[in-house]
Amino acid sequence: MLTKEATTMTQEKPILRIENISKTLGGKEILKSVSLSLKKGELKVLIGPSGAGKSTLLQCINFLLPPDSGRVWLDGVEIQNRRKRDLYAFRQQVGMIFQDFNLFDHLDALENVAIALRKVKKMRRPEARDRAMAELERVGLEDKINLYPAELSGGQKQRVSIARALAMDPKIMLLDEPTSALDPELIGEVLSVIRDLAHGGMTMILATHQIAFTRSLAHEVIFLENGIILEQGTPAELLSPDACTRSKDFCSRLDDLCEEKG
Amino acid sequence: METAFFTTQLIPALNRGLVMSVKLIVPAGTFGLIFGIVIGTLRTYGPPAIRRVANGYAAVFRGTPLLVQLFILYFGLPNLGIYLNAYWAAVTGFILCSSAYHSEYIRGGLLSIKKGQLLAAQSMGFSTFKTMCYIIVPQAIRRALPGCSNEIIYLIKYSSLAYIITCIELTGEGKIIATRTFRYTEVFLFLGFYYLVLVTMASFMLQKLEKKYKIPGFGQA
Repeated sequence: MLTKEATTMTQEKPILRIENISKTLGGKEILKSVSLSLKKGELKVLIGPSGAGKSTLLQCINFLLPPDSGRVWLDGVEIQNRRKRDLYAFRQQVGMIFQDFNLFDHLDALENVAIALRKVKKMRRPEARDRAMAELERVGLEDKINLYPAELSGGQKQRVSIARALAMDPKIMLLDEPTSALDPELIGEVLSVIRDLAHGGMTMILATHQIAFTRSLAHEVIFLENGIILEQGTPAELLSPDACTRSKDFCSRLDDLCEEKG
Repeated sequence: METAFFTTQLIPALNRGLVMSVKLIVPAGTFGLIFGIVIGTLRTYGPPAIRRVANGYAAVFRGTPLLVQLFILYFGLPNLGIYLNAYWAAVTGFILCSSAYHSEYIRGGLLSIKKGQLLAAQSMGFSTFKTMCYIIVPQAIRRALPGCSNEIIYLIKYSSLAYIITCIELTGEGKIIATRTFRYTEVFLFLGFYYLVLVTMASFMLQKLEKKYKIPGFGQA
C-alpha cells in the first residue's frame, strides 16, 4: 500500500504516530486530544500523577479502549480499527506489558508464550515451543518453563509477559507501569530486561515512576497530567536539577517519597 | 424360593433399566454440558441480541418443570408435525434442561475471570472468538466444574422422569415390577441402591476429571 516516495522516507518518518486522541470514560474526560509520535528505536517515557491518563493513553493506542476520536498510524498506514482483520493484524505488531502481568493463569510459562504463536500466528506446535523457549531464555527463565503463573514470583511473571510480547516480533512495545506491582527487590530484574530491549533498539513507550531509569535511558520524557501533555523533552531538559519544569517537581516529589519510605 | 424373585425377576429387570438409564444419561450429560458451555458463554460475552435470546432460553428451561418440558416434547410436538420417540424426547428434554443449568454455572465461572486476561489476549491479536476458546472458557470451566458436576448428579436422578413419557428406564422397570408383585419395599430399596451406585460412580469419575484438569492457582492448592 505504501507509495515509492513513502517507502524511501520511512527512515525519517515515525514508526508510530497518534493524533488528537480523546477519550471520555464514565463522563470524565480522561484524554484531551493527545498527539505523539515515535521513531524507530526510540524510548519515550510517560510520567505523570495517577489518574493522569497514562494507562488510558496506552490502551487507546492499540484500541483495547477505542478512542472517542483521533487517529493512529503504524509505519505510515492509518489503522482502521473498525475493520477487525486490520485491527488484529495491527495488535500483533504492538506488544503490550501490563502492570499486573495478566499471564494466562491456566497455561504454564512456555504455553503462555507459545499460545499466541500457535493460535494467532498459526505456527505449528513444535516451532512455537522452540520460539517460546528462545524468548524465555532471553529473559533468563529457561529453568521455569513448566511452572504456572501461580508458582512464579512477580518479577518472573513480568519477565514471562515480556517474553510473550517479544515472541510476536512487535514493531513497538507499550509498557504500562511494568514494575509498579512488584516488590522493591524484584524491580531490578524486570528493569534490566527492559534496558536490554532498549539497547537492542526496540521502540517503546513506557509509563513508569522509575525516575533514575528514565534519566538514564529515555530519549524523551512526556509529562501527562489531566489528560494533556504538559511537557515534552529530553530527560536533560525536563529533569535536570536546575530545570524549572512540572516534570522535575513531580519527580523530586517522587524521590522524596521514596526516601521517606526507605 | 424367596431369592428367586430377586434373581429371576427384579435384578434382570433393573439391569435392563440400568442400560436404558445409562443410554439416557451419557448423551444428555455430555451434550448438556457442551451446550451449557456455549449458552453460558453467549449469555456473558455474546452480542446483545444473542445474549438476550440465550438469557430467555435459560429463563424458560430453568423456570418450568422438567416434566412439563418432556410432555410438550413428547405429546405436544406431534401437533406441529414433529415426532420424537420416547427415547429421543427424553434425551432432548434432558439436554435442554441441563444445559440451562450448566450455563448458569459457566456464567459464574466466566464472571470470575479477571478482565486482564481478555486484554492480554486481545493485545496480541486474538479475536474475541479465539480469546473465548483458548483463554477465557478453559479457565471458566475449571472454576465451574464443581457446580457442573453437581448438575450431572442431578441429571442421573431426574432421568427417572423418562418413564413417565414411556421410555422405560431404571425407575420404569422397577415401577412395573412393583405394581405387578406389590413388593414395593424390596423393589424401591433395590432401585434406590442402583441409583446410589450410579451416582457414586459418577462422582468418582467427575472427581478424577477435576483432578486431571487441576492447575496450580485454581481451587485449593
